Amino acid sequence: MSITLPPDIRPGRLSAQEYAHRFADATPRLTSAQAVLEAERCLYCFDAPCATACPTSIDVPSFIKRIADGNLRGSARAILEANPLGGMCARVCPTEDLCEAVCVKNTQEGKPVAIGRLQRFAVDALMESDKPQLFTRAPRTGKTVAVVGAGPAGLACAHTLARMGHDVVIFDAQPKAGGLNEYGLASYKTPDNFAQRELQWLLDIGGIEVRNGWKLETVTQLDALRQDYDALFLGMGLAATHQLGVAGSELDGVQDAVDFIATLRQTEDLSTLPVGRRVIVIGGGMTAVDAAVQSKLLGASVVHMVYRRGPDTMSASKAEQEWAQTNGVVLHHWLAPLEVVGHHGHVSAVRFAEQALVDGKLQPTGRELSWEADVVLKAIGQQLGNPVLNQAGLTLDAGRIATDAQGQTNLPGVWAGGDCRAGGLDLTVEAVEHGKQSAAAMHAHLCQA
Amino acid sequence: MANLHTTFAGISSPNPFWLASAPPTDKAYNVNRAFEAGWGGVVWKTLGEAGPPVVNVNGPRYGALLTPDRRLMGFNNIELITDRDLEINLKEITEVKRNWPDRAMVASLMVPCEEQSWKAILARVNDTGADGVELNFGCPHGMSERGMGAAVGQVPEYIQMVTEWCKHYSKLPVIVKLTPNITDVRLPARAAKQGGADAVSLINTINSIMGVDPYTLTMSPSTGGRGSHGGYCGPAVKPIALNMVAEIARDPLTAGLPISGIGGVGNWRDALDFIALGAGNVQVCTAAMVYGFKIVQEMSDGLSNYMDEVGITSVGQIVGKATPTVTNWQHLNLNVISKAVINQNSCIQCGRCHIACEDTSHQAITATKDGKRFFEVKEDECVGCNLCAVVCPVPECISLRDLKPGEKDLRTQHVVSDKHADWTTHPNNPTRVTQAA
Repeated sequence: MSITLPPDIRPGRLSAQEYAHRFADATPRLTSAQAVLEAERCLYCFDAPCATACPTSIDVPSFIKRIADGNLRGSARAILEANPLGGMCARVCPTEDLCEAVCVKNTQEGKPVAIGRLQRFAVDALMESDKPQLFTRAPRTGKTVAVVGAGPAGLACAHTLARMGHDVVIFDAQPKAGGLNEYGLASYKTPDNFAQRELQWLLDIGGIEVRNGWKLETVTQLDALRQDYDALFLGMGLAATHQLGVAGSELDGVQDAVDFIATLRQTEDLSTLPVGRRVIVIGGGMTAVDAAVQSKLLGASVVHMVYRRGPDTMSASKAEQEWAQTNGVVLHHWLAPLEVVGHHGHVSAVRFAEQALVDGKLQPTGRELSWEADVVLKAIGQQLGNPVLNQAGLTLDAGRIATDAQGQTNLPGVWAGGDCRAGGLDLTVEAVEHGKQSAAAMHAHLCQA
Repeated sequence: MANLHTTFAGISSPNPFWLASAPPTDKAYNVNRAFEAGWGGVVWKTLGEAGPPVVNVNGPRYGALLTPDRRLMGFNNIELITDRDLEINLKEITEVKRNWPDRAMVASLMVPCEEQSWKAILARVNDTGADGVELNFGCPHGMSERGMGAAVGQVPEYIQMVTEWCKHYSKLPVIVKLTPNITDVRLPARAAKQGGADAVSLINTINSIMGVDPYTLTMSPSTGGRGSHGGYCGPAVKPIALNMVAEIARDPLTAGLPISGIGGVGNWRDALDFIALGAGNVQVCTAAMVYGFKIVQEMSDGLSNYMDEVGITSVGQIVGKATPTVTNWQHLNLNVISKAVINQNSCIQCGRCHIACEDTSHQAITATKDGKRFFEVKEDECVGCNLCAVVCPVPECISLRDLKPGEKDLRTQHVVSDKHADWTTHPNNPTRVTQAA
């Protein structure tokens, strides 16, 4: 029996300079000269595959041509017309799987146009300009819409509706608006408080009121929103996490990765944030990568990211997986947790069973292994977790809200979008598109009424 | 490596690349560096008559047409002829020529349109040991307002008259530099030949304004808020220059007159274009002003390798080889039927060929096939216009194929004939002749 050391979880593992360096912009902004050179690579394709691949249908060739033409404001307009959260999407979109994956320059030169970085360049230029506001509201319609959730879906919906002349009240459970943009993304993807700056830009159009600290806890609340407002959009995301379902999950030191990330995002001084010396992250998605990489950046010595299947089925993109690997995270595949081992009530190790696909089914191979850990972060997916939605009569599909293509639910006057809507990809850019689509459908509905 | 030695209008030089009369050839310091770098010859920056030299503006003299990534497409200047004293220039020409006997040294001249002025300067140039003179009848700004430069070059009678004076007062070869700011360049060329010129050089620069500052709405570049048209040169003017060279080369009245090709030569391919269309050598300025004198090494190396590759042993063998392929439109064979072909293996699916053809030409390229993105030529619509090949970003992905005699043109349903038939005999031509000329 080996000696079990007391858990090593502490803040301040690095110098102040090192924190700043490690949590700086993961992908620095292009300089003006770089942006023009990169923009010049774009071929301005007919019926451009990149635009088709964008869930929000941004006219990519137009916005890039406008950068080359020195028309940065027009470039930002082309982006934000299609995607009001184009600034955040430029930072967090898995462009390597979307627009950049289908860029014809891949075929010609083996390297796509850096669409995401160009998009960020154009939007940043607008937001930092003297006149960052591009859009004006249509004459007020007198209609007011309630939006639950101030994440990407709710904000996109609210902004689109506000442009059309409707008034919007957004209800959000958190002290700050922004949803996952504020609480969920890795901080090096969106440094310098960008989520709040973008939020402010969105709200500056006018007609949008945000009420923070509002939690949907009763059917009565939902009924009241339906009663008091002309339409309702639900974009509250996923409130609960999946459970490991193995012994020891309740031990101290076992934490949800989303909570770890949210705490990190809200910590002004990262040197006050405790981090384990040995961290195990369980899961294969973007949240797992964000938690694993940030643990490493905070000074953890060893970070294992463990996924129960192979690299091809990880929901983290290949680029995300490489990002984790090159940041010192050790990726393991085909391992399912068997037990979180404790010592004096605190996690000390995790035991895993090796798995393999046998006739298309995951089967344990019989081999086991374990790693010692001071902290275990669970990132095995999230779920709706709010019983009120079901109780209020909303039809669910695989645990999320069922809607039609425009996001309309089975309840009249109620739309839903973002991660809480069934059948999605759990991408920021998709949530924006949901909000946009629903806003258009709600507008049509409100104009009829 | 093929020998690039040329003799142009009796002037020998180790290669056909001369620096044109311009800022790079303004003084001994530059010209020595140019010869060290390997230039075959220089035309010394234009000398004026004795006395107080001209003055230049003290603001911007140059402007440029740039791509967004700042590659230079066109270049414009408002510099005048040399603003240095004549005596200093003559002394330096003498010294440089003495130190570089194998290089061509040509003095560019521009003096008032009076016999005495030309007589005086020619006597001085004769004493320098220069190999020839070039008459600057092209400068489009500053000097033309004083009755010199393009003001002479635009009047064929003046060209002939001054050329005659020069031939009378000097034994040196006389090269007449022509302005493109004229409707038909053959007329001044004929006048030069009539006056006894040994050669013409062209083109001088084209009257031009580079643009306007969008925020002050003033002409740009400007000196104190105002600008003046300048002379345009660089890669953008090459096609204009090539046409003028070919016009003179194939004009029966000037055929055989040596031509020094000028205008946008930046590499060996450009030089080859000029030489094949009838130039005996080329003169370069802009490329040197952008990249420095070393650029001549890439030109020489490229031309030499090309000659080795195709088995040509002297530049003279190329001169004018393409001239007979230039004709007037009415002689083009209307029975030749071309169709575009897209190589699907190299197509990157950008769709530029489709949208160009669809929006602006003949709707002859598909966008989809079986519901998928696919670009293919519709031969029943294609007129062989070459637009798709021009806009395609992939080299040699789209080419034109000439239908073989006997093949059917799917657009017209006519069988392709092996006979020549052009506009001169076409039934739609009201002035047709019954037999092709």
